[in-house]
Amino acid sequence: MDALAPLLAASINAGTPLLLAALGLLINERSGVLNLGAEGVMLVAAAVGFMAGYHTQHALLGFLAAAAAGMLLASLFAWLTLVLVTNQVATGLALSIFGSGLSAFIGQAYVGLSLPTEVKGIPLLSHWPVLGPALFSQHWMAYATLLLCAGIAWFLFHTRAGLVLRAVGESPESAHALGYPVRRIRWLALLFGGACCGLAGAYLSLVYTPMWVEGLVAGRGWIALALTTFATWRPMRVLLGAWLFGGVTILQFHLQGMGVTLASQILSMLPYAATILVLVLMSRNPDWIRLNMPASLGKPFRPGSA
Amino acid sequence: MPSLPLILVPRGIPSRTMAYLSPLLALVLTLLAGALLFWLLGKDPLVGLKVLLLDPIQNKRALSELLLKTIPLVLCALGLALCYRANIWNIGAEGQLLAGGLATGAVLVAFDTPDRALPGGLPLLFAILAGMAGGAGWASITAWLKDRFHANEILVSLMLTYIAQLLLMYAVNGPLKDPNGMNFPQSQVFSDAMLLPNLWPGTRLHIGFAVMLLLAFCMALFMSRSFRGFQLTVSGLAPAAARYAGFSARSALWLTLLLSGALAGLAGAFEVAGPIGQLLPSISPGYGFAAIIVAFVGRLHPLGTLLGGLLLSLFYLGGELAQSRLGLPAAMTGVFQGLLLFFLLACDTLIDYRLCRPASRRR
Repeated sequence: MDALAPLLAASINAGTPLLLAALGLLINERSGVLNLGAEGVMLVAAAVGFMAGYHTQHALLGFLAAAAAGMLLASLFAWLTLVLVTNQVATGLALSIFGSGLSAFIGQAYVGLSLPTEVKGIPLLSHWPVLGPALFSQHWMAYATLLLCAGIAWFLFHTRAGLVLRAVGESPESAHALGYPVRRIRWLALLFGGACCGLAGAYLSLVYTPMWVEGLVAGRGWIALALTTFATWRPMRVLLGAWLFGGVTILQFHLQGMGVTLASQILSMLPYAATILVLVLMSRNPDWIRLNMPASLGKPFRPGSA
Repeated sequence: MPSLPLILVPRGIPSRTMAYLSPLLALVLTLLAGALLFWLLGKDPLVGLKVLLLDPIQNKRALSELLLKTIPLVLCALGLALCYRANIWNIGAEGQLLAGGLATGAVLVAFDTPDRALPGGLPLLFAILAGMAGGAGWASITAWLKDRFHANEILVSLMLTYIAQLLLMYAVNGPLKDPNGMNFPQSQVFSDAMLLPNLWPGTRLHIGFAVMLLLAFCMALFMSRSFRGFQLTVSGLAPAAARYAGFSARSALWLTLLLSGALAGLAGAFEVAGPIGQLLPSISPGYGFAAIIVAFVGRLHPLGTLLGGLLLSLFYLGGELAQSRLGLPAAMTGVFQGLLLFFLLACDTLIDYRLCRPASRRR
């Protein structure tokens, strides 16, 4: 079973950016907003995070810059969808197209550069006792993400604010009638989601690869969107799904190592094919999805219009 | 919530004028933002805009390249406009284009041998039809998974785009690789007899442009004059009314996805059997995604997509020129595309809402 430990460690490493992004999107969708811009936000944040990490030589500053970039793009999305009541699907697509262009534009001078190993360093947790190579060899951000996941689960189902957030996602009209500021709550949810997607992008460029190339995110933003459906909008199931998908990503490299003779391009299709498979399995029963999905997901809300 | 000096008041009836003015307004705002971007990068904004907008149309060669690039953009956008009207969010035109291009390339590789078995343009015709079938087939996966399993078409069609790209990479690295090609990941260069006939002598513009114009007019007639087109529009605008009237949502799904897949496949076929003339790992610089913007700029109207296609084609060429003449990254094209769509969506708010000063608000 010794061979399993590195596989597990690599799966967690590959699953962490998916988990971060999917948690952010989960909060967005629980508030009733569908943000298809995750891919674009992750791309820009990956570029910004790498640039900041490269210049400051600190991973933490890279992550902070990426989170700020994510929040900036999220507020653009929020302003369009919440204030100008634009179509959420179209605006999300615009954000993804804009993000892929902008990231390639700003990151071009950084292609081929590498980060010094100090940036990947673990300032505090590296001194913790090492219980096993599989679970305790991760970057500190991977552990922070686990805490975040537990925190979100607690927030959504055990706090009043979490209840209000879910209420806004189920029926913004009722929440509005009760006096809750629907738009402000959605705006905050989007900012949080933007920060999470930003951290996810930075994890890819600072920890996972670590480098910047055009199109670095390679569809992980879209896979994270599918993960929220897979998880029926529950944080702990997002965790499971993210690690599972991390495993699928890792599997393609191990299959090649194990002497599977398929071409590398065919094996690289695995995560995308798995996403489609998962969507099909989860969506089979529309009643079940309807039961779990935030009822107002993707529907615009304008106070005073209902 | 920041309080705006102006507030939005619903119009009641959407403004037709604004629906047409909005793309123009968005273009002006995009150009202003672009000028600002040039200025921030230390370039003269006026020179930058001239390189972006005027230089691509300054002579015959440049103009023909502009028209050449509109072919894939408009073909993809025609299908997407149909889908979006029917509220089917197909965003995988890029994948359908790649699948079509791959199918065309495979047929051409099979027929373009020294001992040619078939005469004249027959192999080319086969190749084009294979491209359309390839695109439609690729889109049919999305349609089937949506129809049978209710899988979200946005995510499925996008995942299929990544898979199509990998499939193309596999093909040019494996079965379709040129055996005499120094191991480069590309197919043989097809002989001229296998490629699309020229339309404008002395340029690269091929007869695909005429086909594109014809298809745009056919699509305009289909949408505005046929009962089937009316059904699609109704099922997009008012699904409940469409159901009540007995219009089948399933056939709308299949029809729009198969048609848009075939059109995107045709776009890929025209690229491979046209200006590219062989199979490469990169046969499209994101035409299928830019076509989403073309469809919106063209107001989801077939003839509007012609104008939108010209504009986005201009951005592609302008971006290339900005790279060679001003030393700016070619990725600027993507920035301009994204800005245009953002401004368009923002301006489209004015179709349904009026800007008013809070005091003059009548309720």
